[in-house]
Amino acid sequence: MYLYTLLYGIALALRFIALLYPDFRKHLKEHNMVVQIKLENNKVGRYYIIKDGKISTKAAIHPKPDVTMQFKNRRIAHRVLTPPKDYGELVHAGKNFQMSATGEDVLVCWWMITLGKMLSAGWKIGQKMPNGETRLVNNTNGGPVYVYVKDGKIVRTTPIELDDDDAPSWSVHARGKEFTPPRRATVPAYSLGWKSMINSKERNLYPMKRVDFDPNGERNPQNRGKSGYERISWDEALDIVSGEFKRVKRDCGPGAIALSHGSHHNWGNVGYYLSSMLRFFNGIGFTRVMHNPDSWEGWYWGGVHHYGHSMRLGSPEPFGQVEDCLKNAEMIVFWSSDPEATNGLYAGYEGTIRRLWAKELGIKMVHIDPHWNQTAGFFGGKWIAPKPGTDPALAQALCHVWIEEDLYDKDFVENRTTGFDEWAAHIMGKDDGTPKSPEWASLETGIPARDIRALAREWGKKKTYLGAGGLGGGFGGACRSATGTQWARMMVILMAMQGLGRPGTNFGNLQQGAPHDYTFWFPGYAEGGISGDLTHTGGALVTYPRMPHVMSMNNCKQMVSRLQLPDAILNGEAEGYMTDPTSMHGQFSSFKYPAPGHSKIQILYKYGGASIGTMNNSNRWIQMYQSENLPFVVSQSIWFEGETKFADIILPACTNFERWDIGEWASAGGYGHQFYNQVNHRMVTLQAKCQEPAGESKSDYQIFLELANRMGLGLYFSEGCTELDWAKRIFDASDVSKMISWKKFIKKGYYAIPPDEPDARAPTAFKWFNEGRKKDVPEPHPLPADYSEEFQKGLQTQSGKIEFIPESLKKFDDPDRPPLNKYIPSWEGTQTSELYEKFPLQLISSHARYSFHTLGDGKDSTINDIRDHRMFIDGHYYWIARVNKSDAKARGVKHSDLIMLHNDRGSVICAAYLTERVRPGVVQAYESSAVYEPVGEPGKSTDRGGCVNQLTNQRSQSKKTSAMSPNACLIEFKLYSADKNSHNETAETEA
Amino acid sequence: MKKWNMIVDVARCHNCYNCFITTKDEYVAQEHKGYTGPQPLHGHAWVDMEYRESGKWPIVETNFRPVMCNHCDDAPCMKAATGDAIKKRDDGIVIIDPEKSKGQKQIVDACPYGAIYWNEEEQIPQAWPFDAHLLDQGWEKTKIEMACPTDVLKSVKVTDKKMQQIAKEENLTTLEPKLGAKPRVYYKNNHLFEACFIAGTVVTKINDREECLEGVTVNVLRNDETIGSAISDGFGEFKIKQIYPNEDSITLEIEFEGKVVKKLDVDLTDSTYVGVIDIDT
Repeated sequence: MYLYTLLYGIALALRFIALLYPDFRKHLKEHNMVVQIKLENNKVGRYYIIKDGKISTKAAIHPKPDVTMQFKNRRIAHRVLTPPKDYGELVHAGKNFQMSATGEDVLVCWWMITLGKMLSAGWKIGQKMPNGETRLVNNTNGGPVYVYVKDGKIVRTTPIELDDDDAPSWSVHARGKEFTPPRRATVPAYSLGWKSMINSKERNLYPMKRVDFDPNGERNPQNRGKSGYERISWDEALDIVSGEFKRVKRDCGPGAIALSHGSHHNWGNVGYYLSSMLRFFNGIGFTRVMHNPDSWEGWYWGGVHHYGHSMRLGSPEPFGQVEDCLKNAEMIVFWSSDPEATNGLYAGYEGTIRRLWAKELGIKMVHIDPHWNQTAGFFGGKWIAPKPGTDPALAQALCHVWIEEDLYDKDFVENRTTGFDEWAAHIMGKDDGTPKSPEWASLETGIPARDIRALAREWGKKKTYLGAGGLGGGFGGACRSATGTQWARMMVILMAMQGLGRPGTNFGNLQQGAPHDYTFWFPGYAEGGISGDLTHTGGALVTYPRMPHVMSMNNCKQMVSRLQLPDAILNGEAEGYMTDPTSMHGQFSSFKYPAPGHSKIQILYKYGGASIGTMNNSNRWIQMYQSENLPFVVSQSIWFEGETKFADIILPACTNFERWDIGEWASAGGYGHQFYNQVNHRMVTLQAKCQEPAGESKSDYQIFLELANRMGLGLYFSEGCTELDWAKRIFDASDVSKMISWKKFIKKGYYAIPPDEPDARAPTAFKWFNEGRKKDVPEPHPLPADYSEEFQKGLQTQSGKIEFIPESLKKFDDPDRPPLNKYIPSWEGTQTSELYEKFPLQLISSHARYSFHTLGDGKDSTINDIRDHRMFIDGHYYWIARVNKSDAKARGVKHSDLIMLHNDRGSVICAAYLTERVRPGVVQAYESSAVYEPVGEPGKSTDRGGCVNQLTNQRSQSKKTSAMSPNACLIEFKLYSADKNSHNETAETEA
Repeated sequence: MKKWNMIVDVARCHNCYNCFITTKDEYVAQEHKGYTGPQPLHGHAWVDMEYRESGKWPIVETNFRPVMCNHCDDAPCMKAATGDAIKKRDDGIVIIDPEKSKGQKQIVDACPYGAIYWNEEEQIPQAWPFDAHLLDQGWEKTKIEMACPTDVLKSVKVTDKKMQQIAKEENLTTLEPKLGAKPRVYYKNNHLFEACFIAGTVVTKINDREECLEGVTVNVLRNDETIGSAISDGFGEFKIKQIYPNEDSITLEIEFEGKVVKKLDVDLTDSTYVGVIDIDT
């Protein structure tokens, strides 16, 4: 009787909800069908006829239903169907064959989604404004924003200002002053300029097919990038793509489909690449294009061996650093560290106020960078500008002065480290006859020896924070050079000599380590989202226990290093090294392409179009795309940019402002564990769909759902949920649901997570280690097996101490990465004489300021009008190359002249920005141009889009790593004029 | 009568361009009836950034200054306009009427600050309208202030008398006051755009090694009168700030342990790094 009532109730509810909500009425008209719900033995059953939005129902077994939901027995049907919906029960019943839903995938999914919509139809989202606008919230790679919407269009975006209902802000007391951050979310230009990217004329509006690509005939791969496109329907496009999937799986076997994506995506936990994309592709199996730890290279391949922290890719633990630094530090050394340009990572200008406090407190600042970067420019201080790639020599000379003048923490070295004697002997030249003195380093770095001595003395006498990289410990800069591994290793060694973890002595540049509640859980984007991915996200560890969903994994063992993807396609073989943060030793394993018994890649499914602007020697990608070894290329992209124009089929994706999602500001999870520690107020946002997707574009989730439907995986992929349903599931799973109701949350659009009470704050990083206690910071790393003696006692290293001469490297033979971190000059730098003579300038391509990698750049967005981002010359927005005035003069170049940057690998036209902010001999141009615009034949002519990455070397930092080194790059530049001669000359240069 | 003013603190600006971008977000392809017509997607910079780089590697300084319509009380644009194309509101804000100003290109040329832009498509002159449509809806500050992460911009609604008092107390200035246009946009720490610094490095030989010399006093003399001084830091570097260049010659006097040990003449047209000064100790 109970089941009878439940089944009848469904019909009543459908009618009732349709009566109340027009959107639901509209939804019901999408499909006509017969749905049968019944017990396996047919003893109880009811069917529902949905016709033109009307529901009729009968307690009977239908002879030919379109969709059948079937339960093993009455008990299970009761458990699953009794409200409220319990996904734990549903998933449990589904995966144990206790229930099933069969029929055509599209209809099954639609029916399941319809049941879900009965609950969500009444949700009221956003805040009505007096002027008729609705204020919604969304989130970006730079932080959350208010989005004001009217008549289905975005009117404006603004930063969010917290109100009195939000949690109080934290305060820090330091040196007689109290510091509290302003109650607002500061975001960068690329967050506030989103509207121009959403409404951009560069959007992919319709599914497109390359005109001379015929999946059943001539494919003409050699014409990719040249032949143009024709509009096709979604059905045609998805049929071609799913047809190709089926063909290569059937004809070639596992490995034939390769999946390549960028390192980032639009913000959110549902639509993220680690979420929807992985869930879908795990379902069909793919060759993983393994990411190198791109912005952490030196830390991961080098730093970890001295002090562990592999789970953070070699970055140090960040806790308590804001408070400790402001209270105790006397100096901050920013070494290749420009948080004002990189926003730390994802964190807007949240760290800026803290650095202003440091300035107010009189904390000295030193900036070591060949570029007088944005952070240096704003806060001032001493500028030390080494020649690019020579930083490790500078660091060794600091050690030399510290030893010679007795300026290091002997007690710490004695008790908390191993191998110092051997290290000291090397520094003093006892092993090789060369003392690593300031005079020695001066010749290499171009820094006066007196400055090196002065820095060493200031550092040795003052309690000093070392902000190395944009985050203060990791991210960008010198770790992305031929000597990046050496450099990051030196950063750890310097801190080992200065007593890491004593008050005022730590890693950091005030970007990380705000006093948050680190125990409050909301998933970061790498914690699985909806993917259920067992092996390459933190989903199984943290999200699954809170949000039961069907888990997934890619069981195809074939992998290619992303940096070698073109080589794999073009040469048919490649070998890479693992990005495996779970241990210090995972990186020693190599993997070969093709994997034994696997198919070579037949399909490249490319997500976004950033490779030419972000990878190294990136003309290789163009050669790859035009190779007949690659029969099919799909691009799922929001904009027609970068490499998108090399695809056979383009699937237009929409932005996260045109779909639903949920996400916490700056929270990455995974190896970006606790990255929210950069912001001043932790903020979880409901990322509202603010306007309809442009043209016929669709959300990534929807695209994958429709592909999944064609592969019989619709229900596996969606679990009958819309994106908004998934957002609610994530909300329910997180600790936010314990603090605020869903109803309130979706109305306001965000929730600010309260910080800890002052006496409950996380302890300062490494203090436990410095004081010889067990680990007491809220960091779930390393894995228990990595403690040599007792759990939480000591570091991840074999000795549990900081190892000057790492045990891990002693057991691994890499000639470029010896256990003793001796200085090996860059393989593309001032010492590579022959090349240096030909190309006497060093190019550094730092992470961009006004765009987030390629996001924000190009796309006809307003960001292009920022004169420090691109320069508008003769009707074209040119990428900027910053050159020293003396170097420009020597080449007859004036400010805003067009210049051609070139070397043997390619040439790029940029606008010359004359400055004294780079040392002579150095050219600075940001990486990550979104625009690839060859003036002639793609891959063979000069690029005026600004992808300076075409000039960088593909060589790995050391032989047995997969580590990119864009900051080891020799070039020359010359005045460029757009006449014919110039083009010919280019072709010759590259011949 | 309280009126709107903008205070721009040059010392707090680090060139993030948020004011520029948020202005585009508000006005591009979007008209606000009675306030502005739609701004073209590219080309206009109603709120613009000025950049000053001074010095020479290895001592360089960078400064930034947002500039915008000054909402002048004696606005040259109003004099150039025909009819009532431009109105001065009671709250001080100057609005170029998007209907009535049609075809009046002379309004663009009339602005001595170059803050008015010509919209070719709409055939209208356009400038930043102080986000007046938002203030009129009850916003308590301008959108550009809201977008600024470092508190460079402060929109202040006070009486003119009070504003003059604030200007005096905080040492504010307007851009090119000699033009007499009476701007309502005020600048704090504007010396960063007008004055110069003189910097250098003091070194000496100790045990045959070149060392940075800390604690050396460096005085700047103009016509034998000391107009500034600084003490060298741990890197031997000194920086004497807020020197205004003129025709007169400048002399640097290096003072070590109470004695003047070196003098050098400086040709000052802009901020300068005089290089390494080697002294015997």
